[in-house]
Amino acid sequence: MALEQVAGEPSQEERGPEAFSVSLRVNGVVYELEIEPRVTLLDALRERLRLTGAKKGCDHGQCGACTVLVNGRRVNSCLTLAVMHEGDEITTIEGLGTPEELHALQAAFVECDGFQCGYCTPGQICSTIGMLGELRAGAPSHVTADLGSPEIELSDAEIRERMSGNICRCAAYPNILAAIRQYASGDEGHR
Amino acid sequence: MRSFTYERVSDSASAVAAASRPGAKFISGGTNLLDLMKLEIERPTHLIDISRLPLDAIEDLPDGGLRIGAQAKNTEVASDMRVRTRYGVLARALLAGASGQLRNKASVGGNLLQRTRCPYFYDPAAACNKREPGSGCSAVDGFNRSHAILGASDACIATHPSDMAVALSALDAEIEVVGEGNSSRRISIADFHVLPGDTPHIETTLRAGEMITGVVLPAPPPGRHAYRKVRDRASYEFALVSVALVIETQDGTITSVRVALGGVAPKPWRSAEAEAALLGQASTTAQFRAAAAAALMGASPRGHNDFKIELAKRTLVRTLTDATEQAERV
Repeated sequence: MALEQVAGEPSQEERGPEAFSVSLRVNGVVYELEIEPRVTLLDALRERLRLTGAKKGCDHGQCGACTVLVNGRRVNSCLTLAVMHEGDEITTIEGLGTPEELHALQAAFVECDGFQCGYCTPGQICSTIGMLGELRAGAPSHVTADLGSPEIELSDAEIRERMSGNICRCAAYPNILAAIRQYASGDEGHR
Repeated sequence: MRSFTYERVSDSASAVAAASRPGAKFISGGTNLLDLMKLEIERPTHLIDISRLPLDAIEDLPDGGLRIGAQAKNTEVASDMRVRTRYGVLARALLAGASGQLRNKASVGGNLLQRTRCPYFYDPAAACNKREPGSGCSAVDGFNRSHAILGASDACIATHPSDMAVALSALDAEIEVVGEGNSSRRISIADFHVLPGDTPHIETTLRAGEMITGVVLPAPPPGRHAYRKVRDRASYEFALVSVALVIETQDGTITSVRVALGGVAPKPWRSAEAEAALLGQASTTAQFRAAAAAALMGASPRGHNDFKIELAKRTLVRTLTDATEQAERV
């Protein structure tokens, strides 16, 4: 009997609790999902919505490959639950640019050769967009000399510090820095 | 990750009521809790989502202090101009911790409750009295380079990982909590975290079901603020040693001083010994060295972390020197 039980349907405890209804707004599209509470935002994006741009590197918030934007702010999608994001505006790399129409930052990464294997790149790009938003909002960083100044210059040191949550195991850092700098200076030029 | 049930609450009273359920835990930013749940080190059966509670305001207090809501994100607190200009040590400590992504998610309440990053705590195959009371401590005779030199016990030598809490310690912050019957109380930061003793699994004086609602900062102490963190990488790494300092000098005499150390103890380590050795004294290198020696007098290293004693002393002397704009003198 015990063997039959093992081979048969998993118990309710093993299956987990009933799925939870959640409505996720991703790249402007609303998805109604029935999802277990333990599913991370990253797994929901990749496994349920088939948006595989955000990558699972470490799955512990250490590498930054899973970085997406939630209401414009960069977060590690592996360290948050999908059910916690009802009504939030989620933007993944797929929502920033397409192969046919690259986002200017994607184009800068291509032009500056800001990658080798490319696995960390979607996270690097989403993180950069969030990081530049933080800078525009006047958020200081560990290397900002004057905490009292609302205007912070985007020096190389600022970029390096602010992007430290995105690891590149190919060590394309000099070119990632160049791509961010090129994009950010273009950004300034358009103002 | 083990399965659990989930609910989102919209007010503190229902959060506290929900917490009476066995196996329940609050979740806010989730950056540490989910990390540990994936490893099955934390195994809640029910999560209460408090991230949308209206507890994220940063408000001026009539006495010149500041009240920071528990749900304020680390980024919001570090970016707040009042924190930056009046509580620079706190802004600096927050900015020295984690990454941009994590600071955008991590709440002030969660930062206080984060667990140690001791590698043996994180390794289910290792003995750990904090993870599994009574199982022993693999760190005491293990690779203990990152471990505590002050306040530890034979049962546990893990350090508290927070930078923010070290600054709060120097600022005499109070932690505001709400509990059973929706009654609230305040706990001083000095009493909030506890030393391991024989019960390293008990880390705070929070009672079962209590939820942090805010952090109250008294009016800032006078003088210059500094937070200096020494770590193995320039960014995104936990402290080997850190120093939170607020110091005022008048005509070369130290008239007010607050010193707290991070990365060296199981809790944010306010150093009354260093403060006593500095207050009313001349702000000279000799005095700074005496204060550093006093601060580390009770240190008991475990082998690989012997270097932390000298590192902590030098970091404190350097921070004092910079903050008092004192030229290095022998």
